[in-house]
Amino acid sequence: MKTKQLFAGLTLMATGLGTAHADYTLNLMEGVTSISKDVYGLHMLVLWVCVFIGIAVFGVMFYSIYYHRKSRGYKASSFHESTKVEILWTIIPTIILIALAIPATKVMLEMDDIKDSEMSIKVTGWQWKWEYEYLDNGIHFFSSLDEASNKARQLNSGIDPRTVPNYLLEVDKPLVVPVNTKIRFLFTAADVIHSWWVPDLGWKKDTIPGYINEAWTSVEKAGTYRGQCTELCGKDHGFMPIVVIAMEKPDYEAWVAEQKGIAVESAAAAEKDWSQEDLLAKGESVYANNCASCHMADGAGLAGTFPAITSSAVVTGDMNAQVELMLNGKGMMPAFGQMLDPVDFAAVSTFIRNGLGNSVGDLIQPAAIKSLQAAIPAVEYDDDDEQTSSL
Amino acid sequence: MSAVVAEHEHDDHHDHGPEKGFLRWIITTNHKDIGTLYLLFALAMFFVGGTMALIIRAELFEPGMQFVSPQFFNSMTTMHALVMVFGAVMPAFVGFANWQIPLMIGAPDMALPRMNNMSFWMLVAGILLLASTLFMEGGAPASGWTLYPPLVLQTGAALPFAIFAVHMLGISSIMGAINIIATIFNMRAPKMTLMEMPLFVWTWLITAFLLIAIMPVFAGAVTMLLTDRFFDTSFFDAAGGGDPVLYQHIFWFFGHPEVYVMILPTFGVASTIIPVFARKPLFGYSSMVYATAAIAFLSFIVWAHHMFTVGMPMAGELYFMYATMLIAIPTGVKIFNWTATMWQGSMTFETPMLFSIAFVVLFTLGGFTGLMMALAPVDFQYHDTYFIVAHFHYTLVPASIFILMAGGYFWLPKWTGNMYDERLAKFHFWLSAISVNILFFPQHFLGLAGMPRRIPDYAVQFADWNMVSSVGAFIFGFSQLLFLYIVIQTIRGGTGEKVTDEVWEDAHKHSLEWTLPSPVPYHTFATPPEKIPTEHF
Repeated sequence: MKTKQLFAGLTLMATGLGTAHADYTLNLMEGVTSISKDVYGLHMLVLWVCVFIGIAVFGVMFYSIYYHRKSRGYKASSFHESTKVEILWTIIPTIILIALAIPATKVMLEMDDIKDSEMSIKVTGWQWKWEYEYLDNGIHFFSSLDEASNKARQLNSGIDPRTVPNYLLEVDKPLVVPVNTKIRFLFTAADVIHSWWVPDLGWKKDTIPGYINEAWTSVEKAGTYRGQCTELCGKDHGFMPIVVIAMEKPDYEAWVAEQKGIAVESAAAAEKDWSQEDLLAKGESVYANNCASCHMADGAGLAGTFPAITSSAVVTGDMNAQVELMLNGKGMMPAFGQMLDPVDFAAVSTFIRNGLGNSVGDLIQPAAIKSLQAAIPAVEYDDDDEQTSSL
Repeated sequence: MSAVVAEHEHDDHHDHGPEKGFLRWIITTNHKDIGTLYLLFALAMFFVGGTMALIIRAELFEPGMQFVSPQFFNSMTTMHALVMVFGAVMPAFVGFANWQIPLMIGAPDMALPRMNNMSFWMLVAGILLLASTLFMEGGAPASGWTLYPPLVLQTGAALPFAIFAVHMLGISSIMGAINIIATIFNMRAPKMTLMEMPLFVWTWLITAFLLIAIMPVFAGAVTMLLTDRFFDTSFFDAAGGGDPVLYQHIFWFFGHPEVYVMILPTFGVASTIIPVFARKPLFGYSSMVYATAAIAFLSFIVWAHHMFTVGMPMAGELYFMYATMLIAIPTGVKIFNWTATMWQGSMTFETPMLFSIAFVVLFTLGGFTGLMMALAPVDFQYHDTYFIVAHFHYTLVPASIFILMAGGYFWLPKWTGNMYDERLAKFHFWLSAISVNILFFPQHFLGLAGMPRRIPDYAVQFADWNMVSSVGAFIFGFSQLLFLYIVIQTIRGGTGEKVTDEVWEDAHKHSLEWTLPSPVPYHTFATPPEKIPTEHF
């Protein structure tokens, strides 16, 4: 498998600027919404204005540099004032600025016009993942960097990023939206400030704890659109991408139905009794996605910053205390109570007690976690306090 | 007012050389010594901050994480900015101010020499304290130089030290600014009116007022961070009724004028150098003064254009967009005036002139992207991408830094009495001017293509231009060792050619320092000059 990947990588490199390499762009993308196209138009307008002014100013300057030099015997004149030209080069830029401000204001007002939206999605920024809640149908999930990118992006991972499809721009669970539908987004954050940006939609918006920001979009073309967090939010700021899949409406409806089925299943899964093997197997991947970036893949931690899991007194000690720490967080440790569903939570808790070199020999059932999660008060910034555990 | 000068002229200060030995540099109150200290310290910090930049560019050379952890990468971007802003660019201009303002206005020294000494050593202490955070548990601050909460509150042991460092740097800047204002208002040669001052003096006068207005604001903002973290206040904590965006408003009320603190003296030096090598008076002296004042005023009322994406009300977005666009007018006036100064001059292209012309051209490019970003709806795309990184580096590196180099080459022969090696200096110029564009121009493409700033690793479609940019960074960085060599060589005797008093042809018509002997004596203008040069206004 590995040799095959390596071979694929080499072929890519051998073909020079292969596909993974050649798709760089120089200019802003036009995007797939009416707003992104207006923004692109405005960008091109101001760019050409600048090019034009640049040619004029630099043209005069370089003419002067070429002709008015001492080595050509040019004698300096002594003029040093002209109210006329001073007024002229104050008024002309003013007119240009007004000409730019008018279309900019129009686009601004259009962006702000949030009314008549057909559906709403609430986006919450977390260190370092995105939470999506469809306010109209209750679909709710977290979206974080996919496993392949996550492995490759570790320090000296030995994996060539060029062999990873959509390196750093792929998530485990993308946001799915219908095309040609006016969607209102609500933005907030759980810990620090993040910023939600998909260039093809034409804007970004900060997600701020304690604030609810709004923006809207209506995607005109089905497809997959990728973006990233754009506000420095700590260590893994570069590793919380956004993927939006825009679907034709019937496909979207099918997706919604499927999600509802999954929600029912996972609610049922939280009720049943799990064996330790099943929990361990699931826990391993939950650990890789949620814990490994700080506590390291082998549980060794990072001396001085992130405690080790292996042989940790907390992890191998009293289970209630350990679960409580994971639920509520502490210092740099995020509160996972809201982030993981009961099955994942129970699985990873069982995994760290019985994997990574630890062997306490016990397990915790999702049902127990579910009741603990139900006791967590809703986070105070949250205006419509839907519990994570409801799914 | 200038009677003060005469009173101070007692025997102690007459032909009284510097203190012998190392102690001279510790206890000196001489404006030239302190200017030298500032400039050398700034040069050292330029290399420290530059090394951090090269660590950043080395990590970004290729996709994937090769050298540093993401946390350390963030510390590097943060410390690079803080060191360059507070340790390199600002102190370098204060160094020029110390050397040049008394010489240009015919004063014997700065108005408050002991405070001058104190503000320098306070700066050193502040920067050392800041640098020490690199070795603390949890590492140096990694929240960007803007220190936004809540993220900055996750800093480890370094937070209170970084905040105290900011306080010290602020006190140092305020003392420096008070000194400059006191000097300019009280110690000008009796014959020199305000509107006859060289433009460098004017721009520093205005800059000093900016500093006094903004440094306390920044000190207040970081003090609120301190109490939020340690004393249970909730200024910026939404859960306690505070507001994280409030910090951004306060920070940028400091931050926007702060970037003009770095660019206004740049304008001043450029306006001093270009007329000398064009052999013409500066075009539109009074409009230059008014434009500088207008830019300074506007800098206080445009801060939220750094925050277009925080979700301000529509009226706020529109106001800050219009106000920001206005800056283009006085800035345009300056660029047109420099062009008109060159027009029909009799130009020669010694190194200071080359750096100054490169400044005018490349700063204009930075100004263009600034105008583009002023349009709020388009800024929703540009914001926090490499397009922004390219923009502000164009206004700082080939602008402020280039002009610092230009000023160095321009005045070093005057200060030392030795000529620098013109051939080497031109080589340094061309290396710098080409590599700085290889370094920063591709970053426009990266930003437009969608690469966010402050990320340690990136998707593969950004690989090519990042590689180009990193190559440019290393060429630019190592080229500056040549500058260091030329400076040391010049101080130690230069080409052996002794320079004349005016150094540059007819420079004495432009400004007072060229009427003094070369090298400049330790004490100058013990009696104020009788004749004021008239070519510069």
